[in-house]
Amino acid sequence: MRSDREASAPFGLKVAAACGLLFLHVPILLIFVYAFTTEDKTYQWPPPGFTTQWLGVTWNRTDVWEALTVSVKIAAIATLIAIVLGTLCAAAVSRSRFFGREAISLLIILPIALPGIITGISLRSAFSLMDIPFSTWTIVLGHATFCVVVVYNNAVARFRRTSGSLIEASYDLGADGFQTFRYVILPNIGTALLAGGMLAFALSFDEVIVTTFTSGQQQTLPIWMLEELVRPRQRPVTNVVAMVVVLVTLIPIIAAYYLTREGDQVSGAGK
Amino acid sequence: MIAVSFENVSRHFGSVKAVDSVDLEVQPGEFFAMLGPSGSGKTTCLRLIAGFEQPTAGAISIFGERAEGVPPYRRNVNTVFQDYALFPHMNVLDNVAYGLKVKGISKTERIRIAEDALALVRLPGYGTRKPGQLSGGQRQRVALARALVNRPKVLLLDEPLGALDLKLRENMQEELKALQKSLGITFIFVTHDQGEALSMADRVAVFNDGRIMQVGTPQDIYARPVSRFVADFVGSSNVVPPDFVKRHCQRDGWGSLRPEAIRVSTQTNSAGIRARVVSVSYIGAATRLGLDAEGLRLHATVPAGLTVPEQGADVVLTFGADALHVMEADA
Repeated sequence: MRSDREASAPFGLKVAAACGLLFLHVPILLIFVYAFTTEDKTYQWPPPGFTTQWLGVTWNRTDVWEALTVSVKIAAIATLIAIVLGTLCAAAVSRSRFFGREAISLLIILPIALPGIITGISLRSAFSLMDIPFSTWTIVLGHATFCVVVVYNNAVARFRRTSGSLIEASYDLGADGFQTFRYVILPNIGTALLAGGMLAFALSFDEVIVTTFTSGQQQTLPIWMLEELVRPRQRPVTNVVAMVVVLVTLIPIIAAYYLTREGDQVSGAGK
Repeated sequence: MIAVSFENVSRHFGSVKAVDSVDLEVQPGEFFAMLGPSGSGKTTCLRLIAGFEQPTAGAISIFGERAEGVPPYRRNVNTVFQDYALFPHMNVLDNVAYGLKVKGISKTERIRIAEDALALVRLPGYGTRKPGQLSGGQRQRVALARALVNRPKVLLLDEPLGALDLKLRENMQEELKALQKSLGITFIFVTHDQGEALSMADRVAVFNDGRIMQVGTPQDIYARPVSRFVADFVGSSNVVPPDFVKRHCQRDGWGSLRPEAIRVSTQTNSAGIRARVVSVSYIGAATRLGLDAEGLRLHATVPAGLTVPEQGADVVLTFGADALHVMEADA
C-alpha cells in the first residue's frame, strides 16, 4: 500500500531522521572546517582561526600530486579492465545456459565478499611465486578483482531486464554482431556500465588494504593520507585533499544518478 | 519456386523433440498459418525459418536456397515478434528505419522509406514517439512496418495478435489479410487460436508434439479433419468412437461431428438419438448445449431464434448423413 503523499510524518520520526542525517554528514563537514584552520599540529576544537593558506600549500606539494596521479591512473585502468571483463561475463552468464554457470557467477562475485586482507595476501604470494615485481600494474590487477564485480552486478541486472528478443530482432533486420552491439546492446546497458564503472572507480580510488599488499614503492592517495596522519606536519593539507576529493567525486555521482534514473523502466518489455 | 520448404526437418533440445521430421512446402504469396497448442513445435519451426535455430537434421530451403548455417542477418526473411521487440531507446522512425540503417542506406533515403512504411500501417506522423508511448495495437503496427521495410520475401509473424484485445484483434486480422494481398509477400504466422488461423490463412498446418498432423485449406481442416486431435483442436468438434460411427453410418473409424450440424428436437416421439440436456450455456449468436447421448458427452449449438430446451429435458438428436465425418488416420 502506498502511503499518502500529503500526510506528514510524526514529529518524533522527523527528529530521528534529522539526527541520522547529521550523524552521517557532520564528520564530513568537520573535515572541511579543519581544512581552513590556522593550527597545524593538532586538531583543536574550536579552531583558533581560519585561513586559506593551506590551499596554496597543498597545490605546491609535489607528493600530493604524485599520489593523486598514481591513484587516478590505477582507478582508471582497473575500471577499464572491469568494464570490458564484467560486461563479457555478464553477457555470457545472463544470455546462455551452460554447465557450471552458477559456479562461475559465484566465483566472479567472491572477491567483493572476501575480506580485502585475504585478497591482498593471496595476490601478494601469487605475485612473489611468479616473480612479478610489485608495481603500479600489480595494484591495478588487485583492484580489478573487485572492480569487475561491481560492473558485472550492474550489467547482469540490466541484461536480465533487457528482453532477449531485442537482440534477435536486430539480427533479424540484418544487423551483424558488431552492429547489434553498437546500436542495440550498448545503448541498453550503457547507463548500467556507467554506474558500475563509477562505483568501480570510487572503490579503487579509496582502497587501502589490497593496495598495501600489492604495491611496491608506489603511494596511492589513501596511503599517502594514512602516512600524513601519523606525521604532525602541515596537517590541514590532508583535509584540503580530502575536501577536494569529496567535491570532485560529487559531480560524477550526481551525473550517474541522473543518467541511470531514466533506465529504470524495464527495457524491451513488449506490453 | 517454393517459398519455404522443409524436408524431414528435426530440431531436438536434448531429449525433447521440439520439431520431429517435419515436411512442409509454403507457396510464394501464400498466407500460411501454423496452428497448434503451446509446445507443439510451431514457434520452433518459425525460428528455424528465421535462422534463430538450426535444424538437428533435415534440409530447409528459402526460395530454393539452402538455409542451414545462414545467419539470421543474411536471410531475406523478417519477423514480427510476439512481444514486438521494439528497441526502447529509439523512436518509432528509427525503429522502422533500423533495417535500412544497418544496410548502409543514406539517412534521407531511409527516412523516406520508413515514413512510407509507417503510412502503410496507418501510423503516419508517429515517427518521433518512443515505443513506450504507444498502445499495444500501435506497437504491433510499428513492428509490422519495421519488418516490412526491408522488403522481405517471407514475413514471419509469431502470435502477432496475441497481446491485443478482441475488437482490435478482429480489425488487425482483416488489415493483415488485406496488406498481405496487396504486397504479395509470403506470410507465415504462428497462432494457437484456431479462429484466427481459419479466418486469415490460405492454408493451415496443424501441429502437435513437434509433428504436422494435417495441412490444408481452412475448409478442409474444419470439415474433414484427418485425426481426432485435429477434429478436437480445430473448432470444438464432437469426437465420436467407432461403435457410434458404425451404428449411425455403417463405416469404420473414429468420427467427427460438428456441434452446429446436430439438430436438437424436443419432440421425444420422433426418430433419432435419444439424449438428455446436461448443460445450457448462452454464447451470444447461439446457445451451447451439453448432451448425454448413448453414454457419450456431445455438444450441440442451437442458433439464436430457435427454442432452447431446458436443462434436464429429454431431447432427440438428428444429423445429416454427410455431417458425420469419418477420419482415416487415427492418433
